[in-house]
Amino acid sequence: METYTLIVLLLAATIRVATPLLLAAMAGLFSERSGVIDLGLEGKMLGAAFAAAAVSATTGSVWLGLGAGILTAVALALVIGYACITHRGNQVVAGMAVTIMVVGLGPTLGLAWFNLGGQTPQLDGAGQRFTGVVWPWAETAREVPFPGVLYAELLSGQNLLVYFAAGLVPFSAWIFYRTRFGLRLRAVGENPQAVDTAGISVNGLRYQAVIISGVLCGFAGTYLSTAASSGFVRDMTAGKGYLALAALIFGKWKPWPTLGACLLFAFTDALATRLQGVALPVVGVVPVQFILALPYVLTVLLLAGFVGQAVAPKAIGQPYSKEK
Amino acid sequence: MSAPAKLPRWAELSLLPLINLGVALVLAGVIIKILGESPLAAFKLMVTGALGTQEGIGYTLYYATNFIFTGLAVAVAYHAGLFNIGAEGQAYVGGLGTGLVCLYFGTWPFWVVLPLAVLAGAIFGAAWAFIPAWLQARRGSHIVITTIMFNFIAAALMTYLLVNVLIKPGQQSPETREFSANAVMPAAHELFAKIGITVVATPLNLAFGFALMAAAGVWIFIWRTRWGFALRVAGANSAAAVYAGISPPRIIVGAMLISGALAGGLGLNELMGSQHRILMDFPSGAGFVGIAVALMGRNHPVGIVVAAVLFGALYQGGSQLSFDMPKINRDMVVVIQGLVILLCGAMENIFRAPLTALFMRLSRAKEND
Repeated sequence: METYTLIVLLLAATIRVATPLLLAAMAGLFSERSGVIDLGLEGKMLGAAFAAAAVSATTGSVWLGLGAGILTAVALALVIGYACITHRGNQVVAGMAVTIMVVGLGPTLGLAWFNLGGQTPQLDGAGQRFTGVVWPWAETAREVPFPGVLYAELLSGQNLLVYFAAGLVPFSAWIFYRTRFGLRLRAVGENPQAVDTAGISVNGLRYQAVIISGVLCGFAGTYLSTAASSGFVRDMTAGKGYLALAALIFGKWKPWPTLGACLLFAFTDALATRLQGVALPVVGVVPVQFILALPYVLTVLLLAGFVGQAVAPKAIGQPYSKEK
Repeated sequence: MSAPAKLPRWAELSLLPLINLGVALVLAGVIIKILGESPLAAFKLMVTGALGTQEGIGYTLYYATNFIFTGLAVAVAYHAGLFNIGAEGQAYVGGLGTGLVCLYFGTWPFWVVLPLAVLAGAIFGAAWAFIPAWLQARRGSHIVITTIMFNFIAAALMTYLLVNVLIKPGQQSPETREFSANAVMPAAHELFAKIGITVVATPLNLAFGFALMAAAGVWIFIWRTRWGFALRVAGANSAAAVYAGISPPRIIVGAMLISGALAGGLGLNELMGSQHRILMDFPSGAGFVGIAVALMGRNHPVGIVVAAVLFGALYQGGSQLSFDMPKINRDMVVVIQGLVILLCGAMENIFRAPLTALFMRLSRAKEND
């Protein structure tokens, strides 16, 4: 029973870590399937995290915070779109630039507005954060051994953004593979000339994809500063945007496998926290850093074709011009 | 669209970067205005803080040393058509090589330690760049993604080494013991004292000279050697390179080895010259500043040195700014850095097209005269 509880707790930690990762990876999925490399995930998330915490702290409403987070991330996405789609700039450079800019801008604005050394004030008022939604009978269910604990710890008690992220995967899969928009989106990432010939605007589609990416990054960033913690702190994304990109690649640019990759990466993270200083049979104490580096190593191995093969959308990274 | 008209070379190399920098500074000024401070006063503070005193100049050049190394690293890869985002990780691991030499051979005479330290930094940095390079050359793995991943792997590896292996016994913070006196890069004020000139003590040290030598070496390599020519051909058109008997995979690996070795030079300045021990996260973002520096310097060594000094001044001026204007902290410099990368790298076409049109009209007007 104790091991079982431990496993459920580990899974609960996995879900907490996986949520922002999944939201960002889905954001990247839309952008990259349309042919725009999304190295700005980290920056868009960080910007949204700051805006959400700042607005929630000043207005007292986490929903307004979410709105501000989404608006900020979309604005940053449009900067990338303007540089890369309209002016055919280098997509990698644009994403890096936006990320670096936001890394500096968050603490700069934070210091000027709140005077707390670059942080936002603690969100401790009612309605300033996304907190757990307790499902009916969760407390009674806890008494029932196996399914009860699972119900009480995993299904119940998560916040709304977690359920949103979970629902997003089947919804994205439906959009990509069952709608006209999804078909066009996939086509524009593989063969933009064909899409153009069919009389559909390549740039228009890519702008839509980039905006969707911004919206989802807005959710991811809002989760970080108003659900996972209570306020914005400097560099709070801590590479999660790049980890999401790795998960997206590990999931071979497909919704369901990307969910699997996010859960796997989040699980290694949760495991690393649990295994800190614990001696395992046979191998002894595994250094935490090795477990934390595992997602990156796995992604490199996958990219190298040593474990399976990840094929990127064919037109990714190439600006589209009609003349060519 | 007709064949893309070209800008005159001087405009391409100086006017365009200056316009981009100007727009970045104007945007930064708007942000400072929003923060409720005067942009002009802030700008003045930054310039005097960076260049107004001997101390300011020393710090500016000390920061610039790091940026020259990483900027050159990004540029060499760029000439081969590769975008090396991994300079941060390569500098981190390269510094480990330099640091290990200083720790374990530090009692040998300085003139023996120095070449060993330079070599070890270059080899470690190159080794860290080798794996992504090989994977790109032989397995087609996208080097942008793999070098990003290797930055994180480098950070994990270094944290492990510093926390568990190299840490000075009986100490809490993950740092090594201090290098012995023989393994310390001579500071600029000591060197000046030897020829009878007294200057203020700053972290500026001999590594700056190494950075300038590296810049000269890169110029000779890229524009005056067969290898450099092959590298540029492969970078410009890899299909044409194959017809010319150049093997793109070999170029990819070769360019990335040089790139990693150059990034590894950062340890000479930061560890041997200033910190005198290995500590956590000592490159502190210099690898990413290198991207801005290379883009702004148009991947030319002279441009890179100029851009690196400019960014050094921004960093030094930024600290001055945070002292005197309590509403602004050093993060403002990172904002400017991001803006420069955005404008010089991703949005260069915005200004290039109108500028090219302007030059075309001017030259046509001259013909009609």
